[in-house]
Amino acid sequence: MVERRAKFDCIVVGGGHNGLACAAYLARAGRSVLVLEAAARLGGAAATREFAPGFRVSAGAHLLHQMPARLIDELQLERHGLRWAAQSMPTAALAAGAAPLLMDGERLDGPATPADVAAYQDFRSQMGRFAAALHPMLDSMPPRLGTDRWSDRLSLLGIGWRIRRLGRRDMRELLRIAGMNAYDLLTEHFSSTLLQGAFGFDAVLGSNFGPRAPGTVMTLLYRMAAQHGAGERGLALPAGGLGAVSDALAAAARAAGAEIRLAALVARVTVTNDRVTGVTLQSGESIAAGAVISSADPKSSLLGLLGPEHLDTSFVRRVHHLRTRGLAAKLHLALDGLPQFGGLPAAAGNARLLIAPGLDYIERAFNHSKYGEYSRAPALELTLPTVSDASLAPAGKHVLSAIVHYAPYELRGGWEQHRDAFVSGIIDTLEQYAPGLRGLVRASELLAPPDIEREFRIRGGHWHHADLALDQFFAVRPVPGATQHRTPLPGYFLCGAGCHPGGGVMGIAGRNAARQVIALADNA
Amino acid sequence: MNEASDVGAHFKQPLLTTPFHERERALSQVDSFVPWAGYTTVDVFTNVGQEYFAVRNACSVYDLTPMVKYRIAGPDASRYLNRLVTRDLRKLKINRVSYCVWCNDAGHIIDDGTVFRLDENEYRLCTAERQLDWFLDSAIGFDVQISEVTEQIAALALQGPTSCAVLNKLGLAGVERLKPFEFGWFDSSGMRIMVSRTGFTGDLGYELWVDPLHAVALWDALMAAGRSRGIRAIGSRALNMVRIEAGFLLPNLDFVSAESSVRLGTSRSPLELGLAWLVDFEKGHFTGRRALLEQHRQGLKRQLVGLDIAGNKPATNALLYTDRSGSKEIGSVTSAVWSPTCKRNIALAMVEAPHFALGSTLWAEVYLSRELVWERRMCRAQVVDKPFFAPERRRVTPPGDY
Repeated sequence: MVERRAKFDCIVVGGGHNGLACAAYLARAGRSVLVLEAAARLGGAAATREFAPGFRVSAGAHLLHQMPARLIDELQLERHGLRWAAQSMPTAALAAGAAPLLMDGERLDGPATPADVAAYQDFRSQMGRFAAALHPMLDSMPPRLGTDRWSDRLSLLGIGWRIRRLGRRDMRELLRIAGMNAYDLLTEHFSSTLLQGAFGFDAVLGSNFGPRAPGTVMTLLYRMAAQHGAGERGLALPAGGLGAVSDALAAAARAAGAEIRLAALVARVTVTNDRVTGVTLQSGESIAAGAVISSADPKSSLLGLLGPEHLDTSFVRRVHHLRTRGLAAKLHLALDGLPQFGGLPAAAGNARLLIAPGLDYIERAFNHSKYGEYSRAPALELTLPTVSDASLAPAGKHVLSAIVHYAPYELRGGWEQHRDAFVSGIIDTLEQYAPGLRGLVRASELLAPPDIEREFRIRGGHWHHADLALDQFFAVRPVPGATQHRTPLPGYFLCGAGCHPGGGVMGIAGRNAARQVIALADNA
Repeated sequence: MNEASDVGAHFKQPLLTTPFHERERALSQVDSFVPWAGYTTVDVFTNVGQEYFAVRNACSVYDLTPMVKYRIAGPDASRYLNRLVTRDLRKLKINRVSYCVWCNDAGHIIDDGTVFRLDENEYRLCTAERQLDWFLDSAIGFDVQISEVTEQIAALALQGPTSCAVLNKLGLAGVERLKPFEFGWFDSSGMRIMVSRTGFTGDLGYELWVDPLHAVALWDALMAAGRSRGIRAIGSRALNMVRIEAGFLLPNLDFVSAESSVRLGTSRSPLELGLAWLVDFEKGHFTGRRALLEQHRQGLKRQLVGLDIAGNKPATNALLYTDRSGSKEIGSVTSAVWSPTCKRNIALAMVEAPHFALGSTLWAEVYLSRELVWERRMCRAQVVDKPFFAPERRRVTPPGDY
């Protein structure tokens, strides 16, 4: 028999930002790459689309603040069309019927005592030092535990060294707080409930936690470390929404020689003699490749595309038990005018707005989700992208994009039954902070976790593909046996948010997976 | 408190009795019962020697009911089992039985058992220990139903040279046509009996599976039919002698179940247990395959082998050495017996590389008690082929009329 050459060196399943970043790095390294995207558009959950006639919005993530500046430079995303509508955006912690607290870098304006201002600056600078020390951990591939390989040992030593180098005082503090919950830490530092709530919200955003849950300081540190990579740009809004990031990544991948196919739904990964040989599409078409890299979530990648018959029992059990139930919803409002959030200075009009006025507020919102109910008074992260980017709506009109906590995937009674009441409750909440908003609403769209599951093909509808928690983090993410982007099946790799360093539009998982594919091929 | 109900009686009498218990109790002369998988079972009825010779020279009845039985059914049953066990079950036909082992991810053995293919999508799996958790975990992603049916089936092993003649006398027409590892359904005076030509003795023999309602009737009918063919009820002690002669393994004696062992390095792979013939690397993926392939590639560090030991004292639990002075320890005996049929002092032993090679000479440290005065003997032992006892009649179809 004549052996046929694989047509592609690599097939990337899924054209989300990680899949595209992976494809771009592989193509730049000279690999022939095919990206297969099931949907008719690229970007996955980093996409811009119309949700009401004339109104467009970032359908999933709505801010760019964790993609490393170095990655943007390496892939020359700005040359490939990425423009900025806003950068270094401030955050405003809103209070109902009172002035908001405005956090803009070092500056804290609004109703805060001098002690809180000082505490804010101290806390921010200390967390900044921690973030700088921890960022390399997020940026690089975690070591495998329990091996006797020097690369793993050096990697572990490197982490220890970076923490030690913080100096005695900071190191002690980092080790003290790393396992704490956000509630205890933030009430230690601040008396302002608005300030506590603002940081507390960041600690739980996208996770199945309230601020009193153990491990929430770790998730706060994680978020800050991830933001550290973005550098001076801070919180940013790409012109044209998050879809512009995906478009630039796709352009970079294509420029490097990658081929991208849309509406190409991969049905399964094909295996011969315990090695990946390519993929078969839903259409029945088979495409051969030496390596397949899936940017889908771990359950879809391993239990769906590959299938448990190619995997061992305990490994499958670990994947099956990954906590992947989403709890954040996305609300899009098409508005006839700009809503007026009370007390917000005009200069802060493009700010990221938080409705999380206190840790107890967030904890109460979380309580509902524990019992399969949606939050009656939800915690919200809002952006008004049209303030900085008029292209997203007809002239004079506006778009409000909100991440809504908490909206459990498994809602008692089902989402169809509660959808309208939930949206109405969110608008009631918004109305308290921006009186008159209800009257501006021309159209709305709610993406509850089951909608997110359907639209973005993420099993469970979780923003991060799998909860970010100590037992699903770093060297054990997504599960032991599938770390460092490798799966038990030779030639099959993972590059999605289920890998370290997790969700958020970073592109790091995609880049590191590409490096791993190349390194293993070079060593083979 | 509801005194009328028997709910809660289990703590007063924690062991269950099998449907044959009444008959066994009546035959027991030495009142020797042992627990097995939650049931009280007979260790010895009268005398181990007599029971042993019944297996080898006539025929024996052994109560198998505590054997844990699972029903595995559904559209994915075949795919499921083929991924569970190390053997290629795709070739297993309906009405055939396969002896299998299954491993964890590390390729370490969890247990062994027999798989009966009852229908296209229905199997029965019989095993010594309960495994439902592992079987259910293995079912993630497969369309298959798994249920334990131990209490719904009563079972007897009828083993020995005259076993086929006894079944013929019982009126099971055509039972002599069953080939080894084949089973069929037979009717006898209103009882529907599933008969499989399987067993744990290495000799001609059958296993009989019936509704517990018919258990006592089956026992009585067998005993009546076998009277002129030397039939005898036997306990676990005699069975343990013959299974060592046949080279069969017992969990928790010859290996520990990998998912319940707690010490590192104590669980064993099927390759190490000398069961490489049960491992099919070509059949597609199964749990433990990648680990076993790696072990196969690296070579074995130890292996379970048969030993022929000088003298006539069973080398139970003996440590093994390279030389008579005992300077270097290289393994230990897992099961040992003086074989009355082979007239050899035999044992199964786990031996380190390279000493497990066939023909190697080792030394076994055997302790003897002479009226509580202990002596230590170093006995020469040779690595020999298994099984120790494998008569041709176990395979012949139809069997001879002994």
